[in-house]
Amino acid sequence: MLESRTQIYRQVRAFFESQGVLEVETPILSGAANTDPHIQSLALTGNRRYLQTSPEFAMKRLLASGCGPIFQICKAFRGEESGKRHNSEFTLLEWYRPGFDHFRLMDEVALLVQSILGDRPVERLSYRRVFRDTLGIDPFSVGEPELVSMARQLTGFQAAGNNPVDRDTLLNLLMSHLIEPELGKGKLTFIYHYPASQCALAKVTKDEQGADIAQRFELYVDGMELANGYYELTDAREQQRRITADLKTRHSSGLERLPVDEHLIQALAHGLPDCAGVAMGLDRLLMLKTGTPDISQVLAFHDAIA
Amino acid sequence: MASYSTNEFRSGLKVMLEGDPCSILENEFVKPGKGQAFNRVKLRNLKNGRVWERTFKSGESLEGADVMDLEMEYLYTDGEFWYFMMTDGSFEQHAADKNAVSGAIDWLKEQDKYVVTLWNGAVLSVMPPNFVELEVIETDPGLKGDTAQGGTKPATLSTGATVRVPLFINIGDILRIDTRNGVYQNRVSK
Repeated sequence: MLESRTQIYRQVRAFFESQGVLEVETPILSGAANTDPHIQSLALTGNRRYLQTSPEFAMKRLLASGCGPIFQICKAFRGEESGKRHNSEFTLLEWYRPGFDHFRLMDEVALLVQSILGDRPVERLSYRRVFRDTLGIDPFSVGEPELVSMARQLTGFQAAGNNPVDRDTLLNLLMSHLIEPELGKGKLTFIYHYPASQCALAKVTKDEQGADIAQRFELYVDGMELANGYYELTDAREQQRRITADLKTRHSSGLERLPVDEHLIQALAHGLPDCAGVAMGLDRLLMLKTGTPDISQVLAFHDAIA
Repeated sequence: MASYSTNEFRSGLKVMLEGDPCSILENEFVKPGKGQAFNRVKLRNLKNGRVWERTFKSGESLEGADVMDLEMEYLYTDGEFWYFMMTDGSFEQHAADKNAVSGAIDWLKEQDKYVVTLWNGAVLSVMPPNFVELEVIETDPGLKGDTAQGGTKPATLSTGATVRVPLFINIGDILRIDTRNGVYQNRVSK
């Protein structure tokens, strides 16, 4: 297992060297935290610093300074994420391609993954299409009562207390419980164009049907999510607006107030080049490479014994 | 009673769900690429033994169930209730109704020890040990010389349970039975 990991790292580095992408290193500790209400930043008590949940903000600062295409292999940390496919400390491969959009980046992601997992057919399905094909609903127009009843009947979903459940939570539930396990069997399946409400840090546009969509994709292999990529948001004001919305959601959910990464906003204001970026879970890639169903078996020491 | 958040869910934890006490069997953390995380939980309803599958948003809580597993000795039945006594020296007695003993009723022998599950002080269920030794009270006569492998026949035990036994078994023999599947293991004594 230790050897397989080293071999993957070697293959990744060789791949990017051949593509002319520069390896970089950015700080793991930051004065700012991730404001995403669904991701928990781990804080170092005493000196007000946070462990990174991904190197995204720091790498975007490098991009704004004109460094060109870059990649990084690093540790990232997310509190309370532990399970068969999650470990609170994990290894990410993240890379950015100025001048690429998300479709061109999907091609490169497929090339890299094929170089490691072997030749597999590549499939691209829109978010709308995959919901229609597997569940028979259009995720952009389906009514919430129908989503609630599907969630209850098909996954045994139960909301504790009277907490209202938002639309994206219901869609995420159906996606992760019913659709994801069937995706990418023996192939590489990209799902793209998520609802704009799930845009995270991707650009938003309209699709042919006029729905607001996020220019974001995820890669699924053998029923597991392996990578998440964006045609990156470059508009500083829109970035500020999304962070403010995150903070509002955090506040109303009773979550902790967090310091915002002002450097990121400044970098975007200075000018982030038009680019696409993607983050890939390397522990999961190792799971796929070695046919291991549990992340704890590909780590030297997993959460419970670290 | 305390409540437990999904990140405290462990197999064996007893929680209340839809008014019934349940024991958690499995708990799986599921998280999509972005957005809300979930816990996919399998629970056994301790009242009826059914297994439920439920999904909760991570971070939500369930109220703990006041459920205790205690070792008790079976005393007797009056036809309506089955009486058990604590083995901790307190001699405290608990009465179980027919529903509560249903999983153990074929294997109840006086003075044997059972795991009795109490919920809010009342007997919820009774679990027999994996193996019990019971006397045969009725079976066809044993066949002389047939001590080796061969056919089987039904035998009625002192509890009223019927099990398949080898042909050489006689009335009065004490047999060891696996309570999980009701299968004869061996003869303990004649």
